Amino acid sequence: MNKLIRAFVAVFAVAFLLMYTVSKLNESEGKTAGNTLTVFNWGDYIDAELIDQFEKETGIKVIYETFDSNEAMMTKIEQGGTAYDVAVPSEYAIDKMKKANQLLPVDHSKIPNLKFIDERFMNLAFDPGNKYSIPYFWGTVGILYNKDLMKGKEITAWNDLWGPELRNEILLVDGAREVMGMGLNSLHYSLNDTNKQHLIEAKEKLDTLTPNIKAIVGDEIRMLMENDEATIGVVWSGTASELMWKKENLEYVVPEEGSNLWFDNMVIPKTAKNVEAAHKFINFMLDPKIATQNTEYVGYSTPNKKALEYMPKEIVSDERFYPDPEQTERLEVYENLGPNMLAYYNELFLEFKMHKK
Amino acid sequence: MENRARKLYLIPYVLWIGLFVVTPILLVVYYSFFDLNGNFTVANYEKLFTPVYIKMILSSFWYAFLITAFCLLIAYPAAYFITKSKYKQLLLLLIILPSWINLLLKAYAFLGIFSTYGAANSFLEAVGIGTRQILFTDFSFVFVAVYIFIPFMLLPIFNALDKLNPTLIDASRDLGASAWITFQKVVFPLTIDGVKSGVQAVFIPALSLFMITRLIAGNRVITLGTAIEQHFLITQDWGMGSAIAVFLIITMVVIMVVTGTRKRGVQ
Repeated sequence: MNKLIRAFVAVFAVAFLLMYTVSKLNESEGKTAGNTLTVFNWGDYIDAELIDQFEKETGIKVIYETFDSNEAMMTKIEQGGTAYDVAVPSEYAIDKMKKANQLLPVDHSKIPNLKFIDERFMNLAFDPGNKYSIPYFWGTVGILYNKDLMKGKEITAWNDLWGPELRNEILLVDGAREVMGMGLNSLHYSLNDTNKQHLIEAKEKLDTLTPNIKAIVGDEIRMLMENDEATIGVVWSGTASELMWKKENLEYVVPEEGSNLWFDNMVIPKTAKNVEAAHKFINFMLDPKIATQNTEYVGYSTPNKKALEYMPKEIVSDERFYPDPEQTERLEVYENLGPNMLAYYNELFLEFKMHKK
Repeated sequence: MENRARKLYLIPYVLWIGLFVVTPILLVVYYSFFDLNGNFTVANYEKLFTPVYIKMILSSFWYAFLITAFCLLIAYPAAYFITKSKYKQLLLLLIILPSWINLLLKAYAFLGIFSTYGAANSFLEAVGIGTRQILFTDFSFVFVAVYIFIPFMLLPIFNALDKLNPTLIDASRDLGASAWITFQKVVFPLTIDGVKSGVQAVFIPALSLFMITRLIAGNRVITLGTAIEQHFLITQDWGMGSAIAVFLIITMVVIMVVTGTRKRGVQ
């Protein structure tokens, strides 16, 4: 009996000691409640050195967490377990969060660096006047392919993916909107189509692509494409540009039938505890020098006009990653389709995934 | 006095069960009756019996069955061998050791080993069979799942075999039974409880595997676990996700009852 009590006391003592040490350590690093900033961003979507630099310059400690889909991010913010101060959703997610009253307005007077952002990326339909969101990166969805393995054949359209010579050679990204959008675009429908007949048609068209599909994967797609595991990957433009710097035989194309144009913006969720630091962080990321360094690391397209001047000319003038306004005209931005339509997209996507070869 | 003390000890147990077992299950059941717009409905359960979900349920069961069968096929002889060995504890430790390593890490390792230019294919090339697609196939999925679950099958079987009184085997042989008959009539019936707990420990989690369905099977295998993950994280259709979870809970109870406490065999 006494032994049991002694064991209990010992466990509690150890637990208490550990907790105390952790809180002391946090304090010595300056991590007290008033002086931290919790950032919630996509995986591998910032140059980590910049976080250190921000901490050094401002004395604010950054807690950095990542997510891998807009939906997962929104779920976590909605549940409110962690008080995120800055998050980086895409346009349709911003629209949804705005309507759900989950965002705080951004005070433009605290973000002087906003003047460096290209007008083209301001005041977009999902957030008029940029009341709630500040541009971070933008890009497209397209086809990344290995020129050597394609033996000189070029790919220009979604419909090229159905070629019989591509059997078991395609990797898709695991996203319902991306894959369904590809099916819709290949039939020349809008990727925001809500006509169920069109959606079923798109799903049936995708089913016929199954023999060519090797796998439907997440961020592993980078590693797999780098190791020549497949000839073709349907990816976001940043993944493509990052890989193309490493491997010269890769080529990226935005299909001619149309594709997705997306914007990731920084927002301040309603749960934020340190709104002041959030503004500082957003302003910091918009600094042209910082944005340049970040863009060179991440590989996506920056909306920062001034940063473009600091970057190598061959990158900035590369129309695959910096398409001009006329070229982006044929691309579509995802609209917030509402929960029922999103569920329907996902159901069809699930059915497509279960379609056997 | 004694009675009161006993009640006192009961508190942590009751709190634990109440907070972390009963409440979550009730919540899952509660959520399963609501649709996306927050209306009360049984449509989620009706949806479970549409072709899409029936197909998914059948394929989940099929893969879970394969995984369990291979685990048993490997674990039983291995456990038998280990009990007979001089280095019992060491061999056991070696089998359990991989379960100390993070699951995700192991999955990524297999991603490398099974890839087109990975170790497995280099070996196949070297022995003259030639490069095959291993990654993103049923084979790789079942292989990795078996690898992950083997310790859970092996341990209970090992314990059962280890407790087996060796004189019983001698007696059986003395009375003229062949090795096979001895195994069939004596060894296996006496270790059936170990096999049952092993089967439970593997089959039930295997039904709701998700992460490795993407990493190793490239989403070519869709299990109920994948569907639950998608409903909670992507469509935010908690009702449908919960309905699948309730279905799994019921299935598990059924499996527990079927493979459960009935005593069989010679004792």
